[in-house]
Amino acid sequence: MFRLRLVPDNTKIPFMNGRFAGLIMSAFLSIASIILFFHPGLNYGIDFRGGIVIEARTPQATDFASLRHTLTGLGMGQVALQEFGSNQDVLIRLERQPGDDAAQQAAADKVRATLAAAIPGTQVRRVEAVGASVSGELFTNGMLALGLAMVAMLFYIWFRFEWQFGLGAVVTLLLDITKIVGFYAITGLQFNLVAVAAILTIMGYSINDKVVVYDRMRENLRVYKKMPLRDLIDLSINETLNRTVGTSMCTFLSVIPLALFGGEALQDFGIVLLLGVFIATTSSIFIAAPILLFLGENRLRRGAPDTAATPAATP
Amino acid sequence: MLYFSRWKIYMIVATCVAGFIVMLPNFLGRETLASLPGWYANSRVALGLDLRGGSHLLLEVDMATVIRDRVEGLVDGARQQLRTANVGYTAITAGDRGLTVQLRDTAQTDDAVKALRGLANPVGGVAMGGGQSDITVSANGNTLTVTLSEVALRDRATQAIEQSIEIVRRRIDETGVNEPTIARQGADRILVQLPGVEDPDRVKRLLGTTAKMTFRLVDTNADPSTGRAPPGSEILPSTEGGRGQTAYVIRKKVEVDGATLKNATASTNSQSGEWVVNFEFNSAGANRFAEITKVNVGRPFAIVLDNKVISAPVIREPITGGRGQISGNFSAATANDLAVLLRAGALPAPLKVIEERTVGPDLGADSIRAGLTAVAVGFALVCVYMIASYGLFGAFACFALLINIVLTLATLSMLQATLTLPGIAGVLLTLGLAVDANILINERIREETKKGRGVYASMEAGFSRAYSTIVDSNLTTAIKMALLFIFGTGTIKGFAVTITLGILISMFTATVLVRLMMVTWLRQTRPAALPV
Repeated sequence: MFRLRLVPDNTKIPFMNGRFAGLIMSAFLSIASIILFFHPGLNYGIDFRGGIVIEARTPQATDFASLRHTLTGLGMGQVALQEFGSNQDVLIRLERQPGDDAAQQAAADKVRATLAAAIPGTQVRRVEAVGASVSGELFTNGMLALGLAMVAMLFYIWFRFEWQFGLGAVVTLLLDITKIVGFYAITGLQFNLVAVAAILTIMGYSINDKVVVYDRMRENLRVYKKMPLRDLIDLSINETLNRTVGTSMCTFLSVIPLALFGGEALQDFGIVLLLGVFIATTSSIFIAAPILLFLGENRLRRGAPDTAATPAATP
Repeated sequence: MLYFSRWKIYMIVATCVAGFIVMLPNFLGRETLASLPGWYANSRVALGLDLRGGSHLLLEVDMATVIRDRVEGLVDGARQQLRTANVGYTAITAGDRGLTVQLRDTAQTDDAVKALRGLANPVGGVAMGGGQSDITVSANGNTLTVTLSEVALRDRATQAIEQSIEIVRRRIDETGVNEPTIARQGADRILVQLPGVEDPDRVKRLLGTTAKMTFRLVDTNADPSTGRAPPGSEILPSTEGGRGQTAYVIRKKVEVDGATLKNATASTNSQSGEWVVNFEFNSAGANRFAEITKVNVGRPFAIVLDNKVISAPVIREPITGGRGQISGNFSAATANDLAVLLRAGALPAPLKVIEERTVGPDLGADSIRAGLTAVAVGFALVCVYMIASYGLFGAFACFALLINIVLTLATLSMLQATLTLPGIAGVLLTLGLAVDANILINERIREETKKGRGVYASMEAGFSRAYSTIVDSNLTTAIKMALLFIFGTGTIKGFAVTITLGILISMFTATVLVRLMMVTWLRQTRPAALPV
């Protein structure tokens, strides 16, 4: 019977040999991300930074697909089109253009000219600045909620495992998020509400992955009473490797179509999610596990290191 | 873990069937829906602004009122400052953008100018060396003029509009309309887009009310029917209908401000059965309310909303608990609306709806279709992978995934949740978690089999071990989502709801349902080896 196995059974990869490499690499990427976050900063979308609304009336029913194509080609970031009251009226929303008010005016003029050229007879009925739909209060509340959620997860894992696990999971999660934010900064992908959803999704995926890998370590700590922590962590990662690869494979498969042909809105989301799954999976092995090793040595395993680990009787 | 009692099996199957029935209206055509009873046809997932569009309102903040309020405040302040400085004046007149003072004695001009300068507030931010003063004071003989500067007016307008946006957002959140777009447009307008609201009348009514509530004493010495109020009082119409007076003479002094309210809820009075609004003050408001009611027992106390008297009950005893009740000719709807308005707070100035349209979806039909196709292809790929990896058990997992989607749609329909693109992303995450649960189970069973256990023992051990992992990982995520729901707002809240539902559902489909399928298969085929 054919069975697809991406990873052979009974691997014995010494993952913890790469503990310093993993931590240093991760710290480097996260610090770089934080610097990128402040300079040059994120390319905030219309949700966060506001932009320009233009109301136009076309002589016939508006052809949205071609108009969208024309306006997106202007290189002014994402353009949102909405049918507005009748099928001849269209509401065009542009993100705020880099530069001062004159730049906004120039952008509006450019759209006006493009509309006139693309669909002769189009009237521009109104051009106005529009503010951010995510207000400061909304943003602060969101951040507060996220912070509290982190603390709650820390305590839950502490309660169910040990404090070393809780700290390891939450610190790794923070490192993961900073890298995603850094990715937004370096690629200049628009940071909007969909991006917020992407980050929340990755956080959910990442914490799930960490708990699963930690869970096996917790179990093995009970089974192998004498095994040194480092060997035990390696063993646990190897035992769960098939699951880790399988799950990230499934997530990859479900997200790849989004990244390839998900349409303008889901494409960015798909790309970020792909990266997020990669970061979340590798960080469980190369960040969360080493942190546990450093925090837990001599604590989770008193009297270690011991030679010749013998498995205790399986309960 | 491998035994299912008969009633349990029925329950599981019934849940799946019920889910299918509930989500069915999402896929029916318009004509079929019209022939169904309304409660059933309405059980559909509402799509967000990005996917379906909705209604568009453009509101204008009445800046004239904002400035008039500021000028009135200035007049009050000037009166007080001059009194403290012992400067005599014959009149203070409010103008469009300031006020003029007629002094009794020209010799006091310098004192008066100094006193009036004391009214100034810095504007333009502290960064610019403490900012400039918001008023200019000039003297011409015994006439003094105080004018609000251009910057001050602009600052004031910005403040008013930002405050209005927050209040509008809170009011819309309270009505249960999810995922609105609210943003400032131009200088003094607020753009509001609501997903799928075909009849925005209620929202318009809620937004059109300023909801400035005050508690004031009734001037019992004057008669409202004369049409003339003594100084310091004013005649206000009543909304009590036939039961009370049509107008009252109310003191202008505000005893307790509605801004000190902490909470308000609508309920029915247990004795009379009529609709009332219960309110609760914060500690400052409660203290003030207790003081006022203590010294005014036996006198009528008016509850004034937007310059109309809702009711003017006589104070029977001091109210010290900081709680009270407004009764005044309410229906269930008006009582609920008033509670919403009081909870959300008063607008700094009236809002006027200056434009109302229906709008199409933010995203083009082409991109919505592309997104849905991509999700479907992704689902198919996952199924192929699962079956290739785990054979029959993989197929069970795929079927469970399908039921997961059905049940998610069903619960979202029942909750009348609004599904936006980020929401679909949330669903994707829960599908990922559901697959993960099945992979965990299958890998565990495989491991146990390799240890040389028999078919039943492997299944038993595989399930019970994987189960504790699944519970821990899902609970961690659920706790996080609960906090995001409690403290987050808008999109974040919607996202948290979707994920939490998804987790609960995937716990059911990925463990209970899959286990049932495996056990049934085990009973019927009695295999010698497991297909993992």
